[in-house]
Amino acid sequence: MLRQAWAVFQKDIRMEFRGKEALNAAVAFALVVLILFSFAIDPTSEELREMSGGLLWILFAFSGVLLLNRSFSREQANDTLDVLMSLRVRPSALLLGKAWANLIFILLVEAICLPVFGVLYNIDITGQPGWLLLTLLLATWAIAVVGTVFAAMTVNLRLRELMLPVIVYPMIIPALAGAIRLTNLALTGAPPAGDDWIWVRLLIGFDIIFTALALGLIDFILVD
Amino acid sequence: MTNNILIGMAAISAIWLVRNLWVILLGLPDEAAQGAIYRIIFFHVPSWFTCFTLFLVSGVTSAYAIAKRNYKGDSLAVAATEVGLVFTTIGLVTGMIWARIIWGIWWTWDARLTWAFITFLIYAGYLLMRRMIEEPSERLRVTGVLSVFAFASVVITYKAIDWWRTQHPGPVLSIRTGGGNMDPAMERMLYVNFIPLLMLAAVLVVIRFRQEERQREVDGLRRIAYTH
Repeated sequence: MLRQAWAVFQKDIRMEFRGKEALNAAVAFALVVLILFSFAIDPTSEELREMSGGLLWILFAFSGVLLLNRSFSREQANDTLDVLMSLRVRPSALLLGKAWANLIFILLVEAICLPVFGVLYNIDITGQPGWLLLTLLLATWAIAVVGTVFAAMTVNLRLRELMLPVIVYPMIIPALAGAIRLTNLALTGAPPAGDDWIWVRLLIGFDIIFTALALGLIDFILVD
Repeated sequence: MTNNILIGMAAISAIWLVRNLWVILLGLPDEAAQGAIYRIIFFHVPSWFTCFTLFLVSGVTSAYAIAKRNYKGDSLAVAATEVGLVFTTIGLVTGMIWARIIWGIWWTWDARLTWAFITFLIYAGYLLMRRMIEEPSERLRVTGVLSVFAFASVVITYKAIDWWRTQHPGPVLSIRTGGGNMDPAMERMLYVNFIPLLMLAAVLVVIRFRQEERQREVDGLRRIAYTH
């Protein structure tokens, strides 16, 4: 199963890097929103540091959904999803491969946006690099795995671009809430202490539970 | 036969609720710290219990429906979710009225309230999804999976007052704290009000379930008619 997932992952990565359609769009979108933030809030204020986690994760979640929408609709143009299913690729392997690919895509957007955010808003992003990286990985995986399942669910809908965010955002709020809290901490340069540990546990728990649910339930969504 | 049972259950729950209202308003004394407004708890908490029960039913029947490709389970799941959403709304609104009196604000973004609201949004999204998928077997699979996912947020809502320090009051019921936080007479009233509400919910679910089954039958016949 892991071998199949790896093949799907390589395929998605290769497809995306040839055209870079979704990636370019997501990065451009993220940069535009980054500029919009400067009008919504006072970009020179000290409080910005304390709310930067919230701004960043709203940004990542929004551009993430752009990428997730492409994840399965990419297969629609040539009906390649049917081909994959008839090749007896296991649905869980397909999901895992696509979720890995989406993880990489969203991480790439984050890797571009974070330094730009740091420079434009004068925020030191290297205060707690370890914690920041851990938060990024855990929360992005949460977005990727939940988003990929729901992308599979909404792929045949007429209004899928609209429905995916409507069901994904409420579902990933626990992960986003934890990520926002931990990112705020990391950007202010403090390691998690006391009550903040609940958010680390929440993120890890969320990832485990939803990865298991996703792998278990995908068989019912992708049927040939 | 089933109709008579339904009417009987509805009548019993109606009479029971009126009787409970009388006891709540006239029989029980005001609470020491909160005064008269505490009485809203007799509807607030049982509404949430009913709502959680219905969402549990929805999750279990959805899981059954997707595992066995059973359309009856699908109909029952959507019926339970719709009625559950009504009780979610009742729970949110009664909570807000209480908060307005006791806290002075309608809403606060603490973990319990936020997750209750998220639960509401997720199940609203579930009903929205159902309307968008025409094909019955795809609708069963997709919304069934969504309902199983959605139940996670119900669990988080229920446990939020244990996991975070919320502005929402912490656990007071003896099933969660081992007792001593609430006057036994008042706590008993809470459960006594829960039963008729659950009965009412069951009646509504069955009515909605039948509608859904008939709708499916009509859709099926219509498809056959089109093919001829």
